[in-house]
Parts: sequence; C-alpha cells; structure tokens
Amino acid sequence: MSAARYPTLPSRMTLQAFKNRLKGAQKGHSLLKKKADALIIRFRKLLKELKTTKEEMMGEMKKALFSIAEAKFTAGDNISMAVVESVKNAAVKAQIRNDNVAGVRLPVFRLMEFQTDDMAGIGKGGEQIRGVRVAFQRLLELMVKIASLQTSFVTLDNAIKVTNRRVNALEKVVIPRIENTITYIICELDELEREEFFRLKKVQKVKKRNAEADEKLRREMGQHLLKASNLLEDSEFSPDADLVV
Amino acid sequence: MAVQTFRDGEERLISIIGDEDTVTGFLLAGVGDCDRRKNMTNFLMVDKNTQLSAIEAAFKSFSTRSDIAIILINQHIAEDIRYLLNDYHKTIPTVLEIPSKDFGYDTNKDPVFKRVKQQLGETD
Repeated sequence: MSAARYPTLPSRMTLQAFKNRLKGAQKGHSLLKKKADALIIRFRKLLKELKTTKEEMMGEMKKALFSIAEAKFTAGDNISMAVVESVKNAAVKAQIRNDNVAGVRLPVFRLMEFQTDDMAGIGKGGEQIRGVRVAFQRLLELMVKIASLQTSFVTLDNAIKVTNRRVNALEKVVIPRIENTITYIICELDELEREEFFRLKKVQKVKKRNAEADEKLRREMGQHLLKASNLLEDSEFSPDADLVV
Repeated sequence: MAVQTFRDGEERLISIIGDEDTVTGFLLAGVGDCDRRKNMTNFLMVDKNTQLSAIEAAFKSFSTRSDIAIILINQHIAEDIRYLLNDYHKTIPTVLEIPSKDFGYDTNKDPVFKRVKQQLGETD
C-alpha cells in the first residue's frame, strides 16, 4: 500500500528539503531496528531466567512452609498472633534501581536489610522459629529476584512493542510518502523544463520568421529605390545643370 | 504505559496478602511494617472467614501506595481477585503470585508465567 505524497510546491528547494528528510527517516529507521534487536536479545535472556527462577521458587516455598509446620508442631499454634503483634518497622525492604538497556529504563529490585531495634523472634528464641526465619529469608531473596525479573519483563515487552510500531510506521508510511513526494517534484520540474524548452523554441521560430520578413521587405525597398534613381537619370533634369539661380 | 515515579535507589516495602502460615513466615523474615499512628500495615492475613471485600480493599490500597514495591499474594487468593489482577497493568508495585501450602501452584493460572511460556513458544 503506497501512501499518498505530502502536499508541497514543486521547486528545487523543496526537492532538497525532502531529500534530506528521506535521509533522516532512513537513518532513524535503521537505528530503531538496532534498538529493537538489542531489546529482544535482553528479553530472551530474561525469559529463560524468569522461568527457571520461578520454578526454583516453588521448591523453596514448599521447604519454607514445611519449616513453619514444624515450628507450629513444637512451639504451638499461637506463634502467628505473637509475630503479628510484634511487627513494628520493616527490617527488610526492596531497593529499586534503574537499569538502562538501549535507552529503555528498567526497574530492578534488590533486597536491603535494616537493623531495627525490634527483632521479632529473637526474644522468642527456639530453634524452629529460627529455622522458619532462615527458610523464609532465603525465599525472600528469591522472591525479590523474581519480582525484579518480572518488572523488567513487562517493561521490556511494552518497549519492544512501541519500538516495533515505530519501525513499521517509518518503513510503511513515512518513507514511501517521502519517496512519492520526491518523484512528484522531479516529474513536475522536468515538465516545467520541457515547457520552458518548448517556449524557447517557439520564440526562436517566431523571431526567425520576423527576421526573414524584415529582410524581404528591405530587399523590396532597395529595388524600388534603385528603379526610382534610374528614372531620375533618364529625365531632363541633369545633375550637371547650373543650379545656381 | 505507567509513568515511573520512583527515584533511582529508592527503598520500598514488600507487602504480602496470604494465608496464616505464609504471612507468619514472611513476617519472621522481616517484611512486616506497621505504622501505629496511621494504623496501616503492609500485610493481610487471609483465612476462610475473610471477606472478599477486605481482600479487594487490601489489594487496592497496596497497589496505590507509593511506599510499596512488591505485592506477594498466594495463588488461591489471587484467583479470588483475578478480575482485579487482570486489569492491573502497573509495573510498580509488582504482583508476584506464590504457591500456598494447601493449594499448590498452577503455572497456567499465573498470567506472567503464561506470557513467558507464550514468548518461548512452548505449548502446554
């Protein structure tokens, strides 16, 4: 599907302008294609990692939940309430960092630990509780990693879609339009030149015709003058006569 | 597309909507945060008596808070609010579905996992 052309006056200046635009569009197109390729490479890598990490997480989760079951068995069912009550400020947080891939900002998470004065569970001692805590801490690290991969995955997916859309727009709409405009301008310029040439030829023809007509007239005039002077010679009025009166 | 409104290096909380065991475990690991003044927490313990509206409210609140980076949610609870999750398109906070003790984990129900599989070209 070739798009129509841009509306413009056909002149040499506009021709140059459009040629520059074409160059710009083509350069942009190749750059965007490179960007899309870079993004896709990173995307594929992410995919594999995301899948394997999530599967790993499932195994870890089972272990962690099992450890809680153990703890409940030995320490009783009420640890949940005690833990909930003792929550104050978060001891772990997730830090968001910006990663840059081919111009796309990807958010990446990292687990950050804080020292708070409240360490829920230290007072509650017990090996089982400590076991639960360790298992869940390990799980948490995995979780943060997965969340990080997930956000990057979603962001990259969108970025790739947008970039591909732009590449296609350039390739199928903008560049054909500019090319059509350039062809149109060149055609019009040629046409104008042809008209100019034709006009020149016509004017030359007319001039030549006028020149020939003038020449003919002059010749006829010349002949008349000659005849007139001959008549004068044959008459009585001789140029040698005494004209002084 | 959501505009990123976080600063580079910003630290945010990890929130959790889960059953008793899951939440207890994660609280022991240290994710719990309770703001006594505003009476706001970043976790919700869900059992068979919890109202759907409570779960919805918690999810809506966590997903609009600007101090939360990740929302962990047990998959069976995620199923209950699947309609909310399907419409959720923000990158931050990220929603992460995790298996639970009683209900296992079905990769076909996790929307992100489905996309991953699709991209890899695998069929079930």
